[in-house]
Amino acid sequence: MPSVTIRLNGKSIRAEVESRTLLVELLRERLGLTGTHVGCDTSQCGACTVHLDGRSVKSCTMLAVEADGHEVTTIEGLAAADGTLSPMQAAFRECHGLQCGFCTPGMVLSATELVQRYPHATEKEIRGWLEGNLCRCTGYHNIVKAVQTAAAGATSRRSA
Amino acid sequence: MNDFNFHKPQDVAAAVATLKKHADGKYLGGGQSLLPVMKLGLAAPSDLVSVGGLGALKGIRVEGKALVIGAATTHAEVAASAEVKKAIPGLAELAAHIGDPQVRNRGTLGGSLAHDDPSADYPAAVLALQATIQTDRRAIGADDFFKGMYTTALQPDELITAVRFPIPEKAAYAKFPHPASRFALVGVMVAKGAGGVRVAVTGAGPGVYRVPELEKALGAKFHADALAAAKVPATGLNADGFASAEYRAHLVAVMARRAVAACG
Amino acid sequence: MNPGGIGAAIKRKEDPRLLKGQGRYTDDIVKPGQAWCQVIRSPHAAARITAIRAEAARKAPGVVAVYTGADLAADKIGNIPTGWLIHNKDGTPMVEPPHPALCHDRVRHVGDQVAIVVAETRDQAREAAALVEVDYQPLPAVASVRQAIAPGAPLVWDQAKGNTCFDWHLGDKAATDAAFQKAHKVVKLDTGNNRLVPNAMEPRSAIGEFDPATGDTTLTTTSQNPHLTRLLLGAFSYGIPEHKLRVVAPDVGGGFGSKIFHYAEEFLVVWAARKLGRPVKWTATRSEAFMSDAHGRDHQSHAELALAKDGTFLGLRVSTVANLGAYLSTFAPAVPTYLYATLLAGCYRTPAIYAEVRSVFTNTVPVDAYRGAGRPEAAFLIERIVDVAARELGMDRVEIRRKNFIGKDQFPYQTPVALQYDSGDYHSTLEQGLKASGWAGFEQRRAEAKGRGKLRGIGISTYVEACGIAPSAVVGALGARAGLYESANVRVHPTGGVTIFTGTHSHGQGHETTFAQLAAEYLGIPVEQVEISHGDTDKIPFGMGTYGSRSLAVGGSAIVQALEKVVAKGKKIAAHLLEASEADVEFKDGKYTVAGTDRAKTFGEVALTAYVPHKYPAGLEPGLEESAFYDPKNFTYPAGCHVCEVEIDPETGATEVVSFTAVDDVGRVINPMIVEGQVHGGLAQGIGQALLEGAVYDDQGQLISGSFLGYTMPRAGDLPSFQVGTHATLCTHNPLGSKGVGEVGAIGSPPAVINAVVDALAHMGVRHLEMPASPERVWRAIHDGKKA
Repeated sequence: MPSVTIRLNGKSIRAEVESRTLLVELLRERLGLTGTHVGCDTSQCGACTVHLDGRSVKSCTMLAVEADGHEVTTIEGLAAADGTLSPMQAAFRECHGLQCGFCTPGMVLSATELVQRYPHATEKEIRGWLEGNLCRCTGYHNIVKAVQTAAAGATSRRSA
Repeated sequence: MNDFNFHKPQDVAAAVATLKKHADGKYLGGGQSLLPVMKLGLAAPSDLVSVGGLGALKGIRVEGKALVIGAATTHAEVAASAEVKKAIPGLAELAAHIGDPQVRNRGTLGGSLAHDDPSADYPAAVLALQATIQTDRRAIGADDFFKGMYTTALQPDELITAVRFPIPEKAAYAKFPHPASRFALVGVMVAKGAGGVRVAVTGAGPGVYRVPELEKALGAKFHADALAAAKVPATGLNADGFASAEYRAHLVAVMARRAVAACG
Repeated sequence: MNPGGIGAAIKRKEDPRLLKGQGRYTDDIVKPGQAWCQVIRSPHAAARITAIRAEAARKAPGVVAVYTGADLAADKIGNIPTGWLIHNKDGTPMVEPPHPALCHDRVRHVGDQVAIVVAETRDQAREAAALVEVDYQPLPAVASVRQAIAPGAPLVWDQAKGNTCFDWHLGDKAATDAAFQKAHKVVKLDTGNNRLVPNAMEPRSAIGEFDPATGDTTLTTTSQNPHLTRLLLGAFSYGIPEHKLRVVAPDVGGGFGSKIFHYAEEFLVVWAARKLGRPVKWTATRSEAFMSDAHGRDHQSHAELALAKDGTFLGLRVSTVANLGAYLSTFAPAVPTYLYATLLAGCYRTPAIYAEVRSVFTNTVPVDAYRGAGRPEAAFLIERIVDVAARELGMDRVEIRRKNFIGKDQFPYQTPVALQYDSGDYHSTLEQGLKASGWAGFEQRRAEAKGRGKLRGIGISTYVEACGIAPSAVVGALGARAGLYESANVRVHPTGGVTIFTGTHSHGQGHETTFAQLAAEYLGIPVEQVEISHGDTDKIPFGMGTYGSRSLAVGGSAIVQALEKVVAKGKKIAAHLLEASEADVEFKDGKYTVAGTDRAKTFGEVALTAYVPHKYPAGLEPGLEESAFYDPKNFTYPAGCHVCEVEIDPETGATEVVSFTAVDDVGRVINPMIVEGQVHGGLAQGIGQALLEGAVYDDQGQLISGSFLGYTMPRAGDLPSFQVGTHATLCTHNPLGSKGVGEVGAIGSPPAVINAVVDALAHMGVRHLEMPASPERVWRAIHDGKKA
């Protein structure tokens, strides 16, 4: 059985997996990291989004063996050790960018990469970027606001 | 998903040698086309040979009058590349609208072409730009590469290593996305290059195809106005709950006009 | 004022755990010894099962058991009930066919359950399921209303002639006919209401457990109403005494109606767990969800509006055929009847209304309540025909509405279709909506868009709905098989912290915050000291759950009643401690004070005394915990004005919603941030229905739109930022004055969108467009309009 070594949320882990094991299955079923969710089976909804070397990927559309030697961040790895929310998590709370919470982990990770790469994204660009994440509760209004709020915070921190 | 043997070769030769041994195997690039199909049980390869991490398949460079993109280059890398934006901005723009950010972060040029989804975006660029597909053993011209829905000229163990895009005078892509899947309901790449004007269409038919009527009109005058009265035949085009063949044919003409206009 | 009390937009208490990935949804839960259940489903819309061969599957690695419809029939259980009985025009009851959790002889829709495989792991269950061979003899199918009512159509159920489940009516036919006799003009409209797939982001999941030592059965499930599921599973589909059955609905990832109902899979995991003596879990894939979650809407209607010369509405006649799918889901018969036809008066004084509703069976997934349930169908029909009437009379669309509105001073208002509206102010929400949307300056924006080659249109809808379900005696008389009150238990802890147990269920609505604000307000304590508990029938006395925008209006009212009992008992204790007469003690801002003095005891001191009753009133029980049941006296009637602006690309037919304004009267608002969020979500679903979404079956009953690749879910880029506002008139019959907000967005918005699309195209001769107004549909309308 293949074995993988992954730097997961800052800690190195090693696991034996089947070749067919999806990254999301390794995370949820083997490692108990159930914050990463599965909302579809056609790679559309983005609830399973995690960061692979800092980039958003759908963990339901990636083999666990392909993560070998890479860095993976899940929603459990975003807040500080003392529980302080990351700026994007905090912005989602501030702006009421979540309701049922199911799409939220993927949405927050996707938005985190967006703000890192495009801190000055317009509303239209934010909406375009979020194309890979479905939410059925919020109508996206407050998610977009949260991304804008987090981006503004990041920009002001940078210039300060 | 059925289990399979996973191989991670160190170079192209080893990759090809591995797949040669496993007739029911497949190469795995970024997995954004293959894994969804495997998850639905529509493909069940015995072996997967991972090539997404091979250094020889990476990279974007200009070689003379061509832009050469490694097969394992991700859509996100193409979209963000300064070289691509300079040489063929329409190609960077196309890559920037494939799937969604997560797909673009994993999906690769070579993977998309080998899969040859009839609604994928890249085949339109390859065909319109008259690109050459470089494999481990030969170079295949775009006109010979696509063989209809999910079918290409590739031999079972043949590996795409790079794609060479001749730099055109002008080129642009216009896409009308499928409302649900975000693949191209109709995508049209228009290019004006050394070989004249080429118009390639994806999404509308059973595979990527060129539209001689539009190419002829644009050959006479490369301007959106030249297509003002253009009608594209609906025969043989796809029809589903989202778009009839007639509507797709209409969109081909509209998207072609918009692509020409975007050429500036 | 309490900073966490009523009216404060405090941040949600549930967010930190959900944001950190610490939410606990059903599929996240792993029970020791848990086995996996895979459901084998019919690929046919209609077929006879001639044989099932499961030997190979039984021998496959990891397989624990394979069960078929024959096993279920042998156990003589497993019929999934419906909760509402409708009577035909002639007084006879509707056709109520059986709904077996596993089909025995016939399958009736794609996705119908045929067998289950239970195995050690999910992969093993899935692989073994592929080894089960089922022989089907396909039968002709009907998938749509059109097919179902065609003469000689194949029958879904032999006992349902013409595929009719019931043929029902409401209103005064003679009076309505008489009104039409006097009409200056009769305006007609034929329209559908498109079939939708709810698609909560969390797919359904269920875990059955059985403890042979105690005989206790536990079902953990993705439910909006665990008590109702316990009732239906315990008393009907299985037959387990309620005190031996526990139903837990932990964090649930959205419902929108689809998780109200008692589903076959809930029965199946419990059945398998009890047979096998180990936990059995099932989780739907999204593809499975498409063919097994109840769908919503799916009407075909003909409406006629009789008008006087000045535009006054004289009468309304509606004839609707509703698709119920292959079986009767939990609330299904109520949706196209009492949740639909009763709303056909809208906001208007139409004096005579007569509605006929024929419901039909088809070879499709059952249809039941989906966000709005019946009311969006009514609002769409009314708000569309009012627009059509305005155009055909040459009247202004706003003016015709103003002219026919029920006036602010006319409440309570008895409609001709059974409801009595208690309060509202339709003129004010209209004026506020017009102002906020910049209605008056629209023509300038239209002209500007034209310069860019775009067709711009504006549309309005002024809707009313009924929620706060429901007065038990009323719904009982109308055929409901349950009471629809709500319960609450307020437990004050010795140090003054409070836990509230509510029978409603939160799956995105933010009850953990809103209900805590009620306690903060009524007890004068910090909101941080309040915990809300829901979703477990072993913890909560009883409940009816969350649907129909009822949680605050009904559940919140029960909480308020219990809180008032706590305050009253505390007053007795405080009076004793303060050596004052109870009548002289006032409770305010968390303190019991002897009126006119500074002698006071805090709520915390009183709570401690209740549990350490050393100095205590004679005859009073120790402890401070109160329960209340609240049965509403009437429905509540949220209403509002939605204004939509669209721009259409005439070359492609693509429609963009460029602005959307909603002004809703939802009664008293507890947390404005949460209320706005509820409106946003509803608007997205309503705009989705109008422009994007639609479940499509082909004529053979195959589900064409069976995944997110074929069913358009609204994405961020499909929607604008919304402008939302509220204008409150209070509900007159519940203690909070709240009406409910969960569904208004989905009810008011579809007609506003279509009215805007038609407005953009009206100059081309377009009179009406069906939903979803997809690019091709719009392009064809333009195309045909140009031809005409």
